[in-house]
Amino acid sequence: MSANHMTDPTPDDGRVESAENAIEMKEVEGKSQGQIVRARFFRHKGAMISIIVMAFVLLLALTSIGFPVFTDSWYISGWWAYGPNETNTIVNPGGAPTLTMPWSPEGFAIGPHPFGQDEIGHDIFARVMRGVQTSLLVMIVVGLVSTAVGVIVGALSGFFRGWADTGLMRMTDLVITVPTIVIGAVLGKLFGGADPLPLAIALGAVTWTGLARLVRGDFLSLREREFVDAARVAGASNSRIIFKHILPNAIGVIIVATTLLMSSAILLETALSYLGFGITPPNVSLGQLINQYQSSFSTRPWLFWWPGLFIIVIALCVNFIGDGLRDAFDPRQRRIPSARKMARAARRGQAEVSQAHAS
Amino acid sequence: MSQDTDVVDSEVVRTDTSDVLLETRQLSKYFPITKGLWGRTVGQVKAVDHVDLQIRQGQTVGLVGESGCGKSTLGRCILRAQEPTSGEILYRRTDGEVVDLAPLTERQLKPYRQDIRMVFQDPFSSLNPRMTLADIVGEPLRVNKVVKESEVEDRVAALLARVGLRPEYLRRYPNAFSGGERQRVGLARALALDPRLVVADEAVSALDVSVRAQILNLMKDLQADEDLTYLFISHDLGMVEYMADEVVVMYVGHVVETGPTADLYRRPQHPYTEALLSAVPNPDPNAAKRRERIVLQGEVADPSDVPSGCPFRTRCAYAQELCATSVPALREVSPGRRVACHFSEELGLRGIEELGVA
Repeated sequence: MSANHMTDPTPDDGRVESAENAIEMKEVEGKSQGQIVRARFFRHKGAMISIIVMAFVLLLALTSIGFPVFTDSWYISGWWAYGPNETNTIVNPGGAPTLTMPWSPEGFAIGPHPFGQDEIGHDIFARVMRGVQTSLLVMIVVGLVSTAVGVIVGALSGFFRGWADTGLMRMTDLVITVPTIVIGAVLGKLFGGADPLPLAIALGAVTWTGLARLVRGDFLSLREREFVDAARVAGASNSRIIFKHILPNAIGVIIVATTLLMSSAILLETALSYLGFGITPPNVSLGQLINQYQSSFSTRPWLFWWPGLFIIVIALCVNFIGDGLRDAFDPRQRRIPSARKMARAARRGQAEVSQAHAS
Repeated sequence: MSQDTDVVDSEVVRTDTSDVLLETRQLSKYFPITKGLWGRTVGQVKAVDHVDLQIRQGQTVGLVGESGCGKSTLGRCILRAQEPTSGEILYRRTDGEVVDLAPLTERQLKPYRQDIRMVFQDPFSSLNPRMTLADIVGEPLRVNKVVKESEVEDRVAALLARVGLRPEYLRRYPNAFSGGERQRVGLARALALDPRLVVADEAVSALDVSVRAQILNLMKDLQADEDLTYLFISHDLGMVEYMADEVVVMYVGHVVETGPTADLYRRPQHPYTEALLSAVPNPDPNAAKRRERIVLQGEVADPSDVPSGCPFRTRCAYAQELCATSVPALREVSPGRRVACHFSEELGLRGIEELGVA
């Protein structure tokens, strides 16, 4: 054995291939990075449930009351009978929800206004659905804008250091020192705070700072790793090093920070609208609904609970999805396999070895 | 080498027929120590200080010294992974023309990057965890566009087979491999461009002892097959003795002694080399009992505040007044042996046999 070790095509380097390794091998072998990430993501229960819930919420919000495509004139209408800004006759006394649970004396029923009505007869279900649409739009746009700005600023200052770093980071510090609520309110008003899209862009323009700092830190540490040196002495260009070597290794940090940012963007929009600086009527957002109905909390609590419930559900789902993505992107992540799986893999490994000896 | 002839001519220093593949002349790397808001330079760490080094075609040159003596920095400067402060890096191309690599721009340097490659110290940090072996080993091929995209994978598979890894491992990520296997991948990456010189910076220091021998033997086999030249940087004199034809001893940024391996180990000419040799571990416990260790007093000199005269004089048992006033030049004491000590002929230093190491 020792005599022909140089010609042996499979040196095991003193390592016994453990059962755990065999499972790992089976999981990674012959798959592209994308396939591995997808497989790992689908295995994450929390993330999968969150995706389903989010998809359901999104579908419900879009199809029920419909949505405008680019302009208000091109409106795809939904299956729900009432619009968010229509006033209707009040069905239940005080506008109480018509939704009844199976365990109640009346049995299960949806009724014309399942989430209830306010004092002038607005259908709360329609208003909450429109609020969900607005909040999701704000969340996605804020996520896109701040991720783009934050990653570019962080990557440039972390990779090139020196003057680029000093300039960009002082600029970041400047943005951080200004309270987000204030600048969001001012920019929102300036861009026309009534509409969700300009408000979202304005929010994105001030919320990228945390991400930029995280990305910079990651770039600073990654650029000193030996594989970056190896790429450089192979003659790789700066852009290749950034996009092929450093960015893929920073993707976990970026995704986690982005999802946290997106869920906090929802809460920020809610806070702004609640304070009256964000979305204004006739537009509807979840925060604005809470603001509008806060005075009736003791008399008509459903006006308050439904938008609140949807804010929590959306924020939770986004966080869980981010968690799942981070785990999926991390190749060092290993699931600890069950004892049964370990045993099976060990048996298979032994079978392969004996087969190899036989042939 | 297909490139613009104008560019080539301006780079050429001279034409040479000797067998020296790479030579450094007065190569220095100083790191500035900055202070205050404006980055005022208040001092310099002289990591590599006016080093002359010759590497002959087909040989292995062992570069030894304590931690922080500048041996890694020297290796990185030769690769231009770090910018040298001053000096020349003379490289003899296959056509016999000698080129100074030190002043070249990154673009001009690109063809030489294929000829001089590196194996890194830490196999866990030197492979990108997000890339498959096909991408890692194939990267130099892709970046330098030496083969067509469709052929990259075949080449990588062949390279993996050459370093003793299964070609089926192409699609796997580095996390699936042990330290020794990773270092084989690092070797395959270094060999991808058919280099002439490979700088191995502590290439096996991070590995288990049992795996070290495998990698060293693999490196020797590859050298025989491919006419490779190695600059083997290590702090382990035992490994250097096994690998190197020629040894260069460094102390605080200076070369203190060079010579053929066997000769240098048997008859060291510099007190520092003698002290290093006395510290080589001996596997035989009986021999280890009667061996004599030279324990150096004090700390390694601070490279930002090198002592006057000979840098080693503060720890040298044989130091005299002359050592504090005059810097000993690296001079030839016998054919092939060069040493930077005023008194090397008079000291009668002991080699590995007298020290009871061998």
